[in-house]
Amino acid sequence: MNKETLIKQGGIWVFILVELAFFSIAGEFLSVTDVAFMDYGNMLLLLKQSAPIGIIALGMTIVMINGNIDLSVGATFALAAIVLLDSMTWPFMQALGDWAIPLAWLFALLTGTVLGAINGLIVWKTGVDAFIVTLGAMLGYRGLVFMYNGEQPTSHLNWTLVDFAEAQFLGLHTATWFLLGAALVLWLVMTRTVHGRNAYAIGNNREAAVNAGIRVGPHFLWNFMLIGFLAALSAVVFYSESGSVNPNDGMLYELWAITAVVLGGTKLTGGYGSIISTLGGVIAIQLLRKGLGHIGADTETVNLVIGLILIAVLFLDRQLNRRGKEELKT
Amino acid sequence: MTDQTPALRLEGIVKTFPGVRALDDVSFAVMPGEVHALMGENGAGKSTLMKVLGGIHQPDEGRIFIDEEATVMTSPIQAKARGVVFIHQELSLADELSVAENIFLGELPRKTLGRVDWAALYARTDDILGKLNVGFNARTRVGELSIANQQMVEIARALTVDPRAVIFDEPTASLTDAEKVVLFDVIADLKARGVGIVYISHRMEEIFKITDRISVLRDGQYRGTLNTSETDEDEVTQLMIGRSLDLSRNHAHAELGEVAIEVRGLSCGKVYRDISFSVRRGEVVGFYGLVGAGRTEIAETIFGLRDPDAGAIYLDGKEVRIASPIDAIRHGISLVPEDRKGQGLVLGMNCRDNMTLPQVDDMTSSVFVSERAELSIFDHYKDKLDIRTPGWRQTVGNLSGGNQQKIVIGKWLSMNPKLLIVDEPTRGIDVGSKAEIHNLIRDLATQGYAVIVISSEMPEVLHLADRVVAMHQGRIVREFTAEEVTEDSLIQAISGIGGNGAAQADVTAQDAGCSRPH
Amino acid sequence: MAELTKSGVAGVLARQGILIAFVIFMVGFAIANQRFIAVDNVFGVIRSSAILGVMALGVTFVVIGGNLDLSVGSMMSFSTIVVLDLHDKLGPALAIPAMFALTLLLGAFIGFLVGYLKLNSLIVTLGMLSAIHGLTLTWSGGKNMDIADKSGTWFGFFGQGSVMGIPMPILMFAGLAAVLGIVLARTPFGRKVYAVGGNGTAATFSGVPRARVVFTTYLLSAFCVATAGLMQASRSMGSQNTVGQGMELEVLAAVILGGASLLGGSGTIFKTVIGVLILGFIQNGLLLVGLEFYVQYVVTWTIIILAVWLDIAAKRGRLWSPIA
Repeated sequence: MNKETLIKQGGIWVFILVELAFFSIAGEFLSVTDVAFMDYGNMLLLLKQSAPIGIIALGMTIVMINGNIDLSVGATFALAAIVLLDSMTWPFMQALGDWAIPLAWLFALLTGTVLGAINGLIVWKTGVDAFIVTLGAMLGYRGLVFMYNGEQPTSHLNWTLVDFAEAQFLGLHTATWFLLGAALVLWLVMTRTVHGRNAYAIGNNREAAVNAGIRVGPHFLWNFMLIGFLAALSAVVFYSESGSVNPNDGMLYELWAITAVVLGGTKLTGGYGSIISTLGGVIAIQLLRKGLGHIGADTETVNLVIGLILIAVLFLDRQLNRRGKEELKT
Repeated sequence: MTDQTPALRLEGIVKTFPGVRALDDVSFAVMPGEVHALMGENGAGKSTLMKVLGGIHQPDEGRIFIDEEATVMTSPIQAKARGVVFIHQELSLADELSVAENIFLGELPRKTLGRVDWAALYARTDDILGKLNVGFNARTRVGELSIANQQMVEIARALTVDPRAVIFDEPTASLTDAEKVVLFDVIADLKARGVGIVYISHRMEEIFKITDRISVLRDGQYRGTLNTSETDEDEVTQLMIGRSLDLSRNHAHAELGEVAIEVRGLSCGKVYRDISFSVRRGEVVGFYGLVGAGRTEIAETIFGLRDPDAGAIYLDGKEVRIASPIDAIRHGISLVPEDRKGQGLVLGMNCRDNMTLPQVDDMTSSVFVSERAELSIFDHYKDKLDIRTPGWRQTVGNLSGGNQQKIVIGKWLSMNPKLLIVDEPTRGIDVGSKAEIHNLIRDLATQGYAVIVISSEMPEVLHLADRVVAMHQGRIVREFTAEEVTEDSLIQAISGIGGNGAAQADVTAQDAGCSRPH
Repeated sequence: MAELTKSGVAGVLARQGILIAFVIFMVGFAIANQRFIAVDNVFGVIRSSAILGVMALGVTFVVIGGNLDLSVGSMMSFSTIVVLDLHDKLGPALAIPAMFALTLLLGAFIGFLVGYLKLNSLIVTLGMLSAIHGLTLTWSGGKNMDIADKSGTWFGFFGQGSVMGIPMPILMFAGLAAVLGIVLARTPFGRKVYAVGGNGTAATFSGVPRARVVFTTYLLSAFCVATAGLMQASRSMGSQNTVGQGMELEVLAAVILGGASLLGGSGTIFKTVIGVLILGFIQNGLLLVGLEFYVQYVVTWTIIILAVWLDIAAKRGRLWSPIA
């Protein structure tokens, strides 16, 4: 690994360390509680809270490595959540007792996958840019969310499910296991499988990939289905515990997910990025949220700081990637 | 060779696009173990022919034979499967991926669950790289390789199949001399193995050095095939351009005006060093050198697109600082850039708006752009330069290369420049337009303009220039007057032969680039 | 496979598709419900589209210049909150210019980052979406902002007043559209915006100050946002911190619907106004025929995809994408 890749891939972890150090020290002076910032329970909770955006961000990484983007994940998240909770109230599902749970999960995951497939098919068949396709879908899917149950929240609490969601295995919460599990699988997919390597090739040089016989259209379709599936998985993880979904839930999730992916160093133009770094980006954001809360800053500061950090990262990345002085002044 | 069957044969290929007969009854054949040059002006149909061969375009008529077996090409992959592979001028590699992944792009060996079979991948890659004798391994990231090595990756990719014919499209465009030697070795090796090779290039020296036969296209038509050993450059050129383009040598003019621009000791990091020259009014100075010699970069500096880290520019005897194209334009400098589509034109804009863009601020009546003033400029240069367009509303992207170039030239002539710099003024332009543009440049000099012509075509430089500045690796190695310059001396100068080797070492030792303001 | 020729019926349909769809929509709804084309209803639609419309005017400049602006929604919340807060502290006569100055400052900051530092506009404005939201919350302390004495101020004029029977929001939208339309179509600056968005490098090579042009498009966008914020604040005399949330994407949808390419270099103010009106009339028409407001989201989705699809289909001469 040369110096350049080291800086690129190590950057986010250094940033996390800096955050940890900063909030630990600043917390000594400013914290409203006596609990140390790097408290074990606190860190476990942090991982759990990272899961919903984190799982979506993993999918976003793959889509962005392809050179695409998905702005509709927030709405997909909400619709999958509604299907999850509502399906458990269907008569035949209730008759199944706790066996309704896996079935409800299946319905929710299927919903996400189908919504992703719709985006993927449109991108493939019409050739309209993914940004526009998913921008439209963001509105459209949100419309479907509202059409499902009007402006009312959809609620259903299943205590078996809640117990499962709140369980801890080897100290980690269920949601954390889902996040780490998804990250592991996707990391293997991106580094070890033909599909993953093709994803990089397509984002890197699409024309070359096409000429080499990689079928770009179906490839995109798979990845949009994957991100739809992951948005639904995120909903499954989150709403199993909370049991109630508002039609506006998941709004701006796409922006948070993109922020995490960009912090993790994935290139907007495609062809470069890593699942593990995205995980770092997700944790960095969550650390910042928690850390600022820990030192007594209000929630508003979080938005401000994350926004500015995102811009700063972009600036640093540009400075690093610049051809230096031989560049033309255009 | 005559008793053999051709490795690749084309017969009566016709391809038309709306309004253009791009290929008109083209036939030629490549024998196994033959290096066959395909030559023609830009726009003669070479690239269309290659796209037909590669299955990107389907021919309207005609047939393709591989080993005398009729074949229909439907895609590059299928062409490759039939043993026809391409080494493209613009490399088609994914530079974030490894050498091995690039070589087997689209056909990575698989294990269960869609996993990549890395062991097989690296074994097969090492096998191929072994044949090519290269200095990098299968795991290297392609982005870290030099251009020449990236080209080797492309060639390695061709060897994943047992090729019947390999088509090289301008392979030496960005190679150093040492790298060319390696490339020619590889070609010789392929040739020895009985592969038919199609070699597309504009560089006569190379063509005469490595090819066995030369086929020529002109205006989409096949013009004949010559045995390389029995012909010469003149005959080939004659075939290529149909009539002889007047490229008679220029002779310096007796009367020259004042010095319009003088450059002293200009340096820009590794890009160029210690550049000094001057141009008088009424004079055309040609800059000649290989791609990457620093000519374009000097023009860009004079036009305010690069900041030099040393040296000074004097206009009419006064030192000026040119920090941006806006400054340059204010000082009466115009640049017709090298890359017409990327730098010269806003392709989606209409002809008129493109032409008046640099002076749109001055074309106002009160606060609005005066369409009348714009049209009068457009009409003037449309007539003067004989720009063929249905009207000013035509989107520039729809014009032919020659007409596009005339729009760019018109744009800069309309600024009434003191100094006009033209970089590769006739690249990709048909012969007719080429002659017109040549005449125009000579006329401008006669009218008292100071002109700098940068060109990679020696006949063009010799035809146009009153003085020739020869560059090699960022240095001016010699300046010739029109009287003293000869083709041999010019080639030697730009190749660094007999030049100052010490100076070159000096340039490469500079690792800092020229600074741009932070 | 459908071959579309540029001169054929299909070509016309594809190029003017959005206008044709608009007309069909209007006729359909008019038949379904007479009220749809009643003058007061039409006025009502334009009036309620005006805030979105004013924002879309500014974003049109940014998009033609080859960039994106995702921060307009949260910037609009900012200006609304700021002007409401300052109204009670400084009085309307000072509050309005102060709010404009602050909003323009934000626009200048974005313009500096995208224009002069050449950072990717999608990410910069995404970051600013979040940052400005934080700024707004800090300013308001997270609380809703209300004008104390709602009847004792002339501040409501911009949102509720009217001149010669025409509501102020419509006048401001129309006035700004006319002025900016002329700026874009007829001035040297407008020409440069097209050049920079069409081919930034070629524009630089022609002496167009690319950074300054991009910078100015963001200033213009901020100006429009400030105007929209003023209209919003004036109409409601009180506001939440999230009043503009999500509008950035609706605004973008209107601009794209109008036919501006996200690649830059194409689009007009007139087309954007059409895009805005289409969104407004769809919403209104669906409400009038008794459908809920959220049905318009689904309809808008369909229309955006169809509009962009037909547009690129006409350009490439075939309906389906050539992607394998």
